[in-house]
Amino acid sequence: MSDKPEQLPVVTAEAKLADAGTAPTPDEPKSTRILREITTGSAAISVLAVVLALVIGGILIAVTDARVQATAGYFFSRPTDLLQAIGDSVGGAYSALFQGAIYNFRRPGFADGIKPLTETLTFATPLIAAGLGVALAFRVGLFNIGGRGQMLVAAAASGWVAFSFDLPFFIHMIVALIAGLVAGAVWGGVVGLLKARTGAHEVIVTIMLNYVAFYLISFLLRTPGALQAPGSNNPKTPGMKDTAVFPDLLGSGYNLHAGFIFAIAATVFVWYLLNRSSLGFKFRAVGENPNAARVAGINVNRIWITAMAMSGALIGLAGVSQVLGTVTTGFSSGIDAGIGFDAITVALLGRSRPVGVFIAGVLFGAFKAGGFSMQAAQGVPVDIVLVVQSLIVLFIAAPPLVRAVFRLPTPGVRKAPRAKKAVA
Amino acid sequence: MTSTDTRPVAPDSSPIVHETAVVRSWKTSVVLAVFTVLGAVLLIGFGREGTSGFRLASDGDFFALPDMAVSTMGAAVVIVLVLAALTGVSVMMTLRYTKTPLWLISLFAFLLLFGFLTWAAAGATIPVPGLLVGALGLSVPLIFGALGGVLSERVGVVNVAIEGQLLAGAFTSAVVASITQQPFLGLVAAMVAGVLVSFVLAAFAIKYLVDQVIVGVVLNVLVTGLTSFLFSQVLSANPGLLNSPPRFDRIDIPVLSQIPIIGPALFKQTIIVYFVYVAVFVVWYCLFRTKWGLRLRSVGEHPQAADTVGINVARTRFWNVSLAGAIAGFGGAYFTLGSVGAFNKEMTAGAGFIALAAVIFGRWDPIRATLAALLFGFASNLQNVLSIIGSPVPSEFMLMLPYVVTIFAVAGLVGQSRAPAASGKPYIKA
Repeated sequence: MSDKPEQLPVVTAEAKLADAGTAPTPDEPKSTRILREITTGSAAISVLAVVLALVIGGILIAVTDARVQATAGYFFSRPTDLLQAIGDSVGGAYSALFQGAIYNFRRPGFADGIKPLTETLTFATPLIAAGLGVALAFRVGLFNIGGRGQMLVAAAASGWVAFSFDLPFFIHMIVALIAGLVAGAVWGGVVGLLKARTGAHEVIVTIMLNYVAFYLISFLLRTPGALQAPGSNNPKTPGMKDTAVFPDLLGSGYNLHAGFIFAIAATVFVWYLLNRSSLGFKFRAVGENPNAARVAGINVNRIWITAMAMSGALIGLAGVSQVLGTVTTGFSSGIDAGIGFDAITVALLGRSRPVGVFIAGVLFGAFKAGGFSMQAAQGVPVDIVLVVQSLIVLFIAAPPLVRAVFRLPTPGVRKAPRAKKAVA
Repeated sequence: MTSTDTRPVAPDSSPIVHETAVVRSWKTSVVLAVFTVLGAVLLIGFGREGTSGFRLASDGDFFALPDMAVSTMGAAVVIVLVLAALTGVSVMMTLRYTKTPLWLISLFAFLLLFGFLTWAAAGATIPVPGLLVGALGLSVPLIFGALGGVLSERVGVVNVAIEGQLLAGAFTSAVVASITQQPFLGLVAAMVAGVLVSFVLAAFAIKYLVDQVIVGVVLNVLVTGLTSFLFSQVLSANPGLLNSPPRFDRIDIPVLSQIPIIGPALFKQTIIVYFVYVAVFVVWYCLFRTKWGLRLRSVGEHPQAADTVGINVARTRFWNVSLAGAIAGFGGAYFTLGSVGAFNKEMTAGAGFIALAAVIFGRWDPIRATLAALLFGFASNLQNVLSIIGSPVPSEFMLMLPYVVTIFAVAGLVGQSRAPAASGKPYIKA
């Protein structure tokens, strides 16, 4: 937006204060210090944010439930009815969510009962990959909202290789994977290039490129000879060839595919890159303060381009895992399934740390898997999951709000005997 | 410095020489030349035979203009020649160190558009009044969204949540107007909904200092989830009571609506469209001609300076972001009360992001942003019209146009665009 390159601080000033505040002070007893760190640390805030969001989600479910509304009409004559109805609607919804996401008690045997957990991991796979991409960009001070576009081009490139080439097993898969990663990297790298060369703000460019990619893929999907399945009028590709499809990890009874292994590998890779490599050090230096990094001799422009390309490639992995792993029978322009935007919330929830993103990805995967079974079993629209997810991120972004709700102490401000007022 | 020079400084008696930097920018000429070549390739290189028709008359005009029909190829040649001549004039002016005037660029753009329409309409007839009516209709929510974006960014808060504000406005206006059967109450409710979204944005951005873009993005998800949830859970259970708002009728302004070509588009519309004219003028006037606007802009450009002269930065930001939400929410009501007539899941379909693009393309100026929104609305309605008459251009590329144009604009190829200096930066009072 401005001609001067600027940085988007992802960690808010407040959060930074909180980090600084948790440094131990020598004159404090150990037990209270540990307690204080648990109640004011960022992990506690994350957990409480999830709890708070679930509570608000529960209120929404209860308020919109027909039986709750009916029983509320005679609350004062028989209040238990209302409470019962609330308990049924909220408890039913959340237990369906749990059974759809972790373990289904109604199924006989462990092998069937645990199936929801494998579904959760399947849903988590693209979320982790894309979340890592967004998080990597965050750490460089860049805000990549272009997940949708990067996923779409990656899915298209990878899918095209997967259904139109004849290659031996495994090699075909690797070639398709690389095609997707490269496409994602190019679509993301363009943003870095524009920012480095012209100062164009990456937020705007990525939003716009989302739509450009969407219409481009839509056009290719309905153009015979490009992506459209031969002999069909639907805007949909043919199915992927078996040689390119990710193998199932737990046999054909489960949907979990090798994409999850790639997601774990990507997590380790990003962790190593950011914490142990010199390129990662440069990334973080530019993210903290591009001007200081420039003075220190780091080529900030090149870092921006590299980081956006790598971010795009990681998000591309999410697109690849969708077409080669989850939906192998051919895809349409909705293949991104909102993951590009979910990835932002995943990265924020994971505080842009690779392991945190992994955990957040699994959590949101659980919400997705459970949300669909909640809709099927209890008739609660799956959109409530969006509400809960966005509330979690809002609360996590504002630790003081969560602390105020739960009446937690502010970090760094101990209830120590107050220092006497300084003599004016 | 440790010592201060205390000698009196003698006033310089030499006459002041004004240095005028002579700037010669080839950018405009190069861009015009490129578009001339592109136009020649498209219009003549891929030339189409036949005649192109333009229907200019609509019912109730003062006098019916005859349909215009031109030979497609002949028109193409003439237009390309004129484009080349205009480019030549621009080159001459650049050689003489003068800037290419805006009227020349506008004329060039108009002729290029006309050439494209002629080319696209070969063997068919384009209904011009209908094209304009639809274009203005599609622009209305974009204009309100863009005005909200301009206000919010001018006061220093990046508003990515326009989409959420539009959607919240659309939802609330549908429900309230449907229950009360009063479309005007729906309009008010839409503004309240937009303000509520803005409250969250302002609270998190100003009080909790959360990154404004993050809040905006998350708010869009929140509003999408909330409205979709309520739509599935509550509205679809009882659409008769909750989701059948009365629509505003079109109001003919007696004489003006009979002006040929532009009359129906501008003066035969719903009341929401007439509010657009008022809103654009009021926002522009207040922003640049009143004390309130001056304060608002100073907070957005240099909050510290504004604070120093006694302006309460946080309060100014909070209330103006709320006002921006009210305007954007008002625009959202157009979806349900003006055009469609019922709420539907995610019915804004990215209009908020196009409005954001219009804000940037319009360089954070209400008038220019409105023109940008009109351009985007025109582009998407042109796509509708062309797909009806059978266009040679795939509709996806027409739909892509606003976004591509915005990328070029942001990348500085179409003029410089500079955001308000403090936009997106939280202000922490020392």
